[in-house]
Amino acid sequence: MLEIRQVRKVFHRGTPNEVRALQGVDLATKGESFVVVIGTNGSGKTTLLNAVAGTIIVDSGSIFLDGNDITRWPEHRRAKLIGRVFQNPFSGTAPHMTIAENLALAICRGRGRGLGWALSKGSLSAFRDRVRQLNMGLENRLDGPIGTLSGGQRQALTLLMATCLRPQLLLLDEHTAALDPKSAEQVIELTAQIVQREKLNTLMVTHSMRHAVNLGNRLIMMNHGEIIQDFQGAEKRRLRVDDLMIRFDEVRRAEQLDESAAQMLELLYV
Amino acid sequence: MSLLIGALTIGLILSLLALGVFISFRIFEFPDITADGSSTLGAAVAAALIVNGSNPALATAAGFAAGFVAGSVTGVLAAKFKINGLLSGILVMTGLYSVNLHIMGRSNVPLFSSITLSTYAQGAGAKFLGGSEPLNILGWEVSVLDASTLVLVFLSIALVGAGLYWFFQTNLGTAMRATGDNSQMIRALGVSDENMIILGLAVSNGLIGLAGAFLAQYQGFADVQMGIGMVVWGLASVIIGEALVGSRSLGLMIVGAVMGSVLFRLLVAIALRLGLNPNDLKLITAAFVFVALVLPGMVNRLKSRTIGHSRA
Repeated sequence: MLEIRQVRKVFHRGTPNEVRALQGVDLATKGESFVVVIGTNGSGKTTLLNAVAGTIIVDSGSIFLDGNDITRWPEHRRAKLIGRVFQNPFSGTAPHMTIAENLALAICRGRGRGLGWALSKGSLSAFRDRVRQLNMGLENRLDGPIGTLSGGQRQALTLLMATCLRPQLLLLDEHTAALDPKSAEQVIELTAQIVQREKLNTLMVTHSMRHAVNLGNRLIMMNHGEIIQDFQGAEKRRLRVDDLMIRFDEVRRAEQLDESAAQMLELLYV
Repeated sequence: MSLLIGALTIGLILSLLALGVFISFRIFEFPDITADGSSTLGAAVAAALIVNGSNPALATAAGFAAGFVAGSVTGVLAAKFKINGLLSGILVMTGLYSVNLHIMGRSNVPLFSSITLSTYAQGAGAKFLGGSEPLNILGWEVSVLDASTLVLVFLSIALVGAGLYWFFQTNLGTAMRATGDNSQMIRALGVSDENMIILGLAVSNGLIGLAGAFLAQYQGFADVQMGIGMVVWGLASVIIGEALVGSRSLGLMIVGAVMGSVLFRLLVAIALRLGLNPNDLKLITAAFVFVALVLPGMVNRLKSRTIGHSRA
């Protein structure tokens, strides 16, 4: 259960580059809801995800997760409740460490780390079973460094690592944007599988209209740091790519209208 | 022969320094030059305690603890106060100079007439061999003191190396390695990368302080200047170790750092024997590290250029 209340964030405040990335965002999601977030570049969708993950601390408003007020928690503390997959396939894994070591790090997410062996025979065979489910042939390469794998393989592993210890919330930040089309489909399919099987509360940012329409049971559209549209239930199920394109077009035209109106006023009165 | 044994012993002692530098420069990719101060700190603390009649084993452990604290200060400056890593090390190193003078009370503390670990080693060696007659190894005469000190140092380094190898495979040690490899990832997995850097630099400088404590007892004095150039020395050892055994696995890298340190010390001993001016030693060490850092890139560029030409 995630609840975001009136969250605001301004970057470079007081400079000519001031960006109002989040302007009072409200969002509440229940367990098992798979929310897809779309929006134009600079609409604040990644900022929203980073605000929830703790990569940035918001200026005002509050964020609750699983009954905890996590607004001021540092990133690593929130990791106890949150699993994450990043846009960059290199961000989610340690390249010079083996697949097994990376998984061993992941199963301790949010727990104290003591002086017990990170890898044991038992954990190795458990890792092998999990990795086999990816159908990528990686189960025989557990001792190989992750840096030698392809972007798609690394992203699939990151997804596995984010979910092998069930998170209260899964954050996916355009996690297929940097992949080739075939790997992107593979990773999306895997995402759908895992989220459904584990019944995970998920927040996914995407640029792909097709993924936005086909995945999830709720879709929110952001613009200029605000949620401008929220499709749920039957409305979300009926949604087609064309509907989204039309909606985007409307937003674009409204903005152009704003700009031309501003220009006109400027000409007339300044 | 005593030249060879001396070089081996100092090389092994300084391999603790190499292991410390390996942790900061290789595992965390953190250019920590606290070492110049923390090695002297370890020596100063151990020497001051020994002169005051403390148990030398305890004094040596205190050298480790002092280095541990110094490293954690550098870690706090860099991780919590977000001071540039290089500058954090410089600040602590500079501050330690005064601290070391205070601990020793003057710039040099001789230990020749005190009971040190070498005394212990000699006693144990004499008991083991049933006398303190010089040994005959392959026709060379070796004093019991030299031989037993070498054995003691070797055993200590083996213990520390094995301990590090174990530590870096525990849950905590694995998280530490991952922090150097990808700090964003380790934060997302619930580990404070700041705390990992602090602990890592503490362990690193603890080992360097330990090296200082051993060195002071071996050479028979602690000197406020003895730490100058230690970082570069350790880095040279690590680079030689990587050239010797590569960097495929953790165990190999640890063994490599020890081997690199011993080999480097042997080369230096030979060069000094052949008439190298000791004053030039630091310049040559620095030049060596420079070449070792630059050469691989230049060789690769030359290679790709020649391949390009042959294709064209």
